[in-house]
Amino acid sequence: MSGQSSGCGFLMSVVVHGDSALNEQENELNQQLRRLYPAVNELETPLPRSWSPKDKFSYIGLSQNNLRVHYKGHGKTPKDAASVRATHPIPAACGVYYFEVKIISKGRDGYMGIGLSAQGVNMNRLPGWDKHSYGYHGDDGHSFCSSGTGQPYGPTFTTGDVIGCCVNLINNTCFYTKNGHSLVYVCLCPQPNLYPTVGLQTPGEVVDANFGQHPFVFDIEDYMREWRTKIQAQIDRFPIGDREGEWQSMIQKMVASYLVHHSYCATAEAFAKSTDQAVHEELASIKNRQKIQKLVLSGRMGEAIETTQQLYPSLLESNPNLLFMLKEGLPALVQKDLHFLFCCKTFLNLIHEHDPVLDQINLVFFLCPGCSPGFDGSCCNGVMSSKAHPSPHSHKPCPPGPALLAAAAELSSLNGSHSLQQPNASTDVDMEVDHFTNGVTESSSNGFFNGTSKHGAQTEDCDADMEVESAQSKRQLCGGSQAAIERMIHFGRELQSMSEHLRRECGKNSVNKKMLKDAFSLLAYSDPWTSPVGYQLDSIQREPVCSTLNSAILETHNLPKQPPLAQAVGQAAQCLSIMAHSGSGSCAFAAVDDYLH
Amino acid sequence: MACLLEAPLRISVLSEVTATSRHYVDRLFDPDPQKVLQGVIDMKNAVIGNNKQKANLIVLGAVPRLLYLLQQGSSSSELRAECAVVLGSLAMGTENNIKSLVDCHIIPALLQGLLCPDLIFIEACLRCLRTVFISPVTPVQLLYTDPTVIPHLMSLLCRSQRTQEYITQIFSHCCKTPEHQTVLFNHGAIQNIAPLLISPSYKVRMQALKCFSVLAYENTQVSMTLVNVLVDEELLSQVFVRMMQRDQPIDMQLTAAKCLTYMCRAGAIRTDDSCIVLKTLPCLVRMCSKERLLEERVEGAETLAYLMEPDVELQRIASVTDHLVAMLADYFKYPSSVSAITDIKRLDHDLKHAHELRQAAFKLYASLGSNDEDIRKKITETENMMDRIVSGLSESSVKVRLAAVRCLHSLSRSVQQLRTSFHDHAVWKPLMKLLQNAPDEVLVMASSTLCNLLLEFSPSKEPILESGVIELLCSLTQSDSPALRVNGIWALMNMAFQADQKVKGEIVRALGTEQLFRLLSDPDSNVLMKTLGLLRNLLSTRPHIDQVMSSHGKQIMQAVTLILEGEHSIEVKEQTLCILANIADGNTAKELIMTNDDILQKIKYYMAHSNVKLQLAATFCISNLIWNEEDGEANAMTGSQERQDKLRELGFVDILHKLTQASDPNLCDRAKTAMQQYLA
Repeated sequence: MSGQSSGCGFLMSVVVHGDSALNEQENELNQQLRRLYPAVNELETPLPRSWSPKDKFSYIGLSQNNLRVHYKGHGKTPKDAASVRATHPIPAACGVYYFEVKIISKGRDGYMGIGLSAQGVNMNRLPGWDKHSYGYHGDDGHSFCSSGTGQPYGPTFTTGDVIGCCVNLINNTCFYTKNGHSLVYVCLCPQPNLYPTVGLQTPGEVVDANFGQHPFVFDIEDYMREWRTKIQAQIDRFPIGDREGEWQSMIQKMVASYLVHHSYCATAEAFAKSTDQAVHEELASIKNRQKIQKLVLSGRMGEAIETTQQLYPSLLESNPNLLFMLKEGLPALVQKDLHFLFCCKTFLNLIHEHDPVLDQINLVFFLCPGCSPGFDGSCCNGVMSSKAHPSPHSHKPCPPGPALLAAAAELSSLNGSHSLQQPNASTDVDMEVDHFTNGVTESSSNGFFNGTSKHGAQTEDCDADMEVESAQSKRQLCGGSQAAIERMIHFGRELQSMSEHLRRECGKNSVNKKMLKDAFSLLAYSDPWTSPVGYQLDSIQREPVCSTLNSAILETHNLPKQPPLAQAVGQAAQCLSIMAHSGSGSCAFAAVDDYLH
Repeated sequence: MACLLEAPLRISVLSEVTATSRHYVDRLFDPDPQKVLQGVIDMKNAVIGNNKQKANLIVLGAVPRLLYLLQQGSSSSELRAECAVVLGSLAMGTENNIKSLVDCHIIPALLQGLLCPDLIFIEACLRCLRTVFISPVTPVQLLYTDPTVIPHLMSLLCRSQRTQEYITQIFSHCCKTPEHQTVLFNHGAIQNIAPLLISPSYKVRMQALKCFSVLAYENTQVSMTLVNVLVDEELLSQVFVRMMQRDQPIDMQLTAAKCLTYMCRAGAIRTDDSCIVLKTLPCLVRMCSKERLLEERVEGAETLAYLMEPDVELQRIASVTDHLVAMLADYFKYPSSVSAITDIKRLDHDLKHAHELRQAAFKLYASLGSNDEDIRKKITETENMMDRIVSGLSESSVKVRLAAVRCLHSLSRSVQQLRTSFHDHAVWKPLMKLLQNAPDEVLVMASSTLCNLLLEFSPSKEPILESGVIELLCSLTQSDSPALRVNGIWALMNMAFQADQKVKGEIVRALGTEQLFRLLSDPDSNVLMKTLGLLRNLLSTRPHIDQVMSSHGKQIMQAVTLILEGEHSIEVKEQTLCILANIADGNTAKELIMTNDDILQKIKYYMAHSNVKLQLAATFCISNLIWNEEDGEANAMTGSQERQDKLRELGFVDILHKLTQASDPNLCDRAKTAMQQYLA
């Protein structure tokens, strides 16, 4: 029987020990859970992964990574019943949630109960007996819905059977399965935060849980597919606009404003004409924005800055809040200092190619906070990003590594100048230790753990790179121009000190910090384009800068910095997250992304 | 032409509208081909969605002219295609339209048209053929009359998505018999259609799938081939499983489930295969749910009943899946009282499907309960179940009656139900009524159920006897259908078991010895076995034995001799020897054996037979012959002495002596007991 065979695999893999096996299993579980419940944000609402050693009655024993449950009481009367809940409740954003329990042994009498219960329900009971608790019991096959008397429900179950429990958070029902076959629905009270629960009552009873660690016997994904189709059909058939043409003209307005916003002048003009609409921005203004954006996107940062400067003289200097701000009420207000962002991108561009216009610009005017009195104020954002984007390395504490500028310095040495002892650089190294606790050492293969080992490693590096250069097979930094490289290093230092300044003024800003760090990391590579941080040189990375700048310009003209279309998308996404919070399961099958492609 | 002389009613309608319609037809006869083409195009636009216009044009003789233009080599390909389109449009009308078109020999003309290389024309012909062939009034045989048609259609499958859709649709509607399946199979239907299952067009996928379901139905050859077919490196069964996924359209899920069901029933897929147990069965159970359309629920239930009929494990699984037993109870709630008041259209729809729903539910209950006692209990405990069966037995629809009696038959295999619910609801009454006048298939089921109701422990036995069932059963034994003969004689056999003299006498009288002996030479061995069983039951308890033998002894002994001499199975011979043993147990009947040396020799022969069962029965017979009558009179005593002596002379004692050493303990005991009689 299929239930049996899968059960064997189940047992065996639990027996396998050792870190690698466990890690692998954990990875698989994570992958499986992400696949099953893509709408769940596990930072807010973690999924159940095992039984809780804290949330159980004393007669319950746990083993095998808290997945196996056994009974250790006397089991004389129903008063000896004992339950255990999973570590976390079932998030509503699952839409449909499922777990399975395999009966390893029915023990003396086989009084096992599989089901659900809310936090705080008495654990000295079987699931289903009390309010906010539901269960399917093995001895009589009855279903208990918050009542001491069960209803005839399904077959009995015993050793070797795999019992599943499926919660449908869309219509507030639940059903159980036996060996992959679904039994009929039971209604649940609309009750958020139910926990997977098992209860045992007589000695010898042992059950194993499967929260996604192993393939399920029941085809839950097929059931989910049905509900996804149902929800999507519901959305598709949602009645819109009573009045004729209202809906259409609204859509047209949104499209037109979107085109104008992104300064697709010709398209916007044509579209407005054919749909008989007015454009609320002067054509010249749209064209200006288009020009700047083109420059940014093609990587000609210098020209972009210059043009911005010409067309919108006050923008970059005086506007203190060039924020990349999502719609109101988004979970976190993510803010970026446009200016800083811009500078970083310029730096990246310096690495990328030789930009002749930039040479002519007094960089310091823009970049050095000390030289630009107005700038001090402008970069001072009261609100900083409340959420750090965890860097992929950040979970590992690193020994004080080399600072980024040290890396930059090495780069210069790599290009011929062997003077390591640049005073500025060395002081910066010391200063930056607490800032940049990780990153470079890990991504670059040579591992500069401290100052002493630096030298030897660096010569190696040098040799390697010289070979490469002689082969002439790679793109070269700054087009290979020594002067340009030096200018870039200089620019980098200024960027660094600007960051320092920002930090002092505004407190830590991990986004900026990460950005800068990643940018500098590039210098550590002989071929930055193919390095792990090389993505920054991809032109697609310029798009956020481009749109931030665009929004800033529009704001100065008192135009919305976001097109209504984007706002609607943001609103929809926000709506889904509110649904997830308020326990409405349909949000699981209505991802905005599904409709954007 | 036949189509010109339709119905007189048509002609009265004609007068009003002739003028405009006539104009369209007249234009088809214009000498200018360009004008003819324009005329056909105008006609096309005039008939779309207009059934009246279609009927008028047919009556006015447009069809032969269109066919003439279509077949004419001199017609432009555009004109020919337009003609086919108009004909296709005419076919879309009423069934009468189709009849008229078929009468005008449209089918051979269109099939001929398929030989033309022009794809647009071919598609138009196929579309029209499709419409004609899917109509129930068209004889499907017309597709097979010309043997070149099927291979040509196969070759057209690669031309376009439209040809694929129309051709597969024609196949799935015209494949009605095993011969049709074989013809299509032999022309490579499987290899040609399998790739269409992954066509980008839903319609093509769906029609291809339907083709496979009709091809595989009760066809082992097709089913066995199907399991090994690969479509894009995937096994066909897996393709079907994917088509059963819950996000697929219901029609597709249902048809894919049918394909797998038929393959399973044909033995190509094991019943414990996960694609049956975990996919097909749950899919079919879902089709029975309230959310599905009434048609889907009917098909789902019928297919599921068919799938699990032979397999008790599937029956057990289905019986717990999604509360199927309770779910089926809803099938009896149409038309619902609410719909009757609120919505006439809905009521009409409900009424139309009510019979179908009920018969499907009965079928599924019958299948569910055919083996497992617990499931039967669950079914009879379903709300008003027995009442529903009882009323189903007397419904006007034969289909419902048949399904209801099948269900009853399935449940009648339960001793407990026979004793309780069957008696409480007096199911024998409608059953008896049903037996009076019903088609054979209903009679088979009803009489089979009656057999169970006549079992000795059934409380319904008495009232049935009193209702004059014997005559009816006797008439069944004269039926041409072996199944009915078996059931008739079987019921009589059950009835005679431990019955009183009166009943037995009545059975013998009603059946008549002539019929009884005719049944003993019945070609069907089942009939023979049950007749012997009846005889054995009649010949039980001493007074009955003597009475029957005194009146029919000669014929019975003759029949027994014949059977023992004939080529029969061990079971038949054993039963016959048991009859002899019963006869030997009679007081006066004994003499019929003792005076028949031929029979005694035969008994001797079987005592030394290689089959222990036959040895046992023969020994039992001898044992009865030599038995000392304890309660008998003096002359009976001397009788037994005489018999013992005679048998000793014939060498039976030696054989008995040998048998006391037999390895089989039963035989050994029997022989020993018999030997003791000699010692006594």
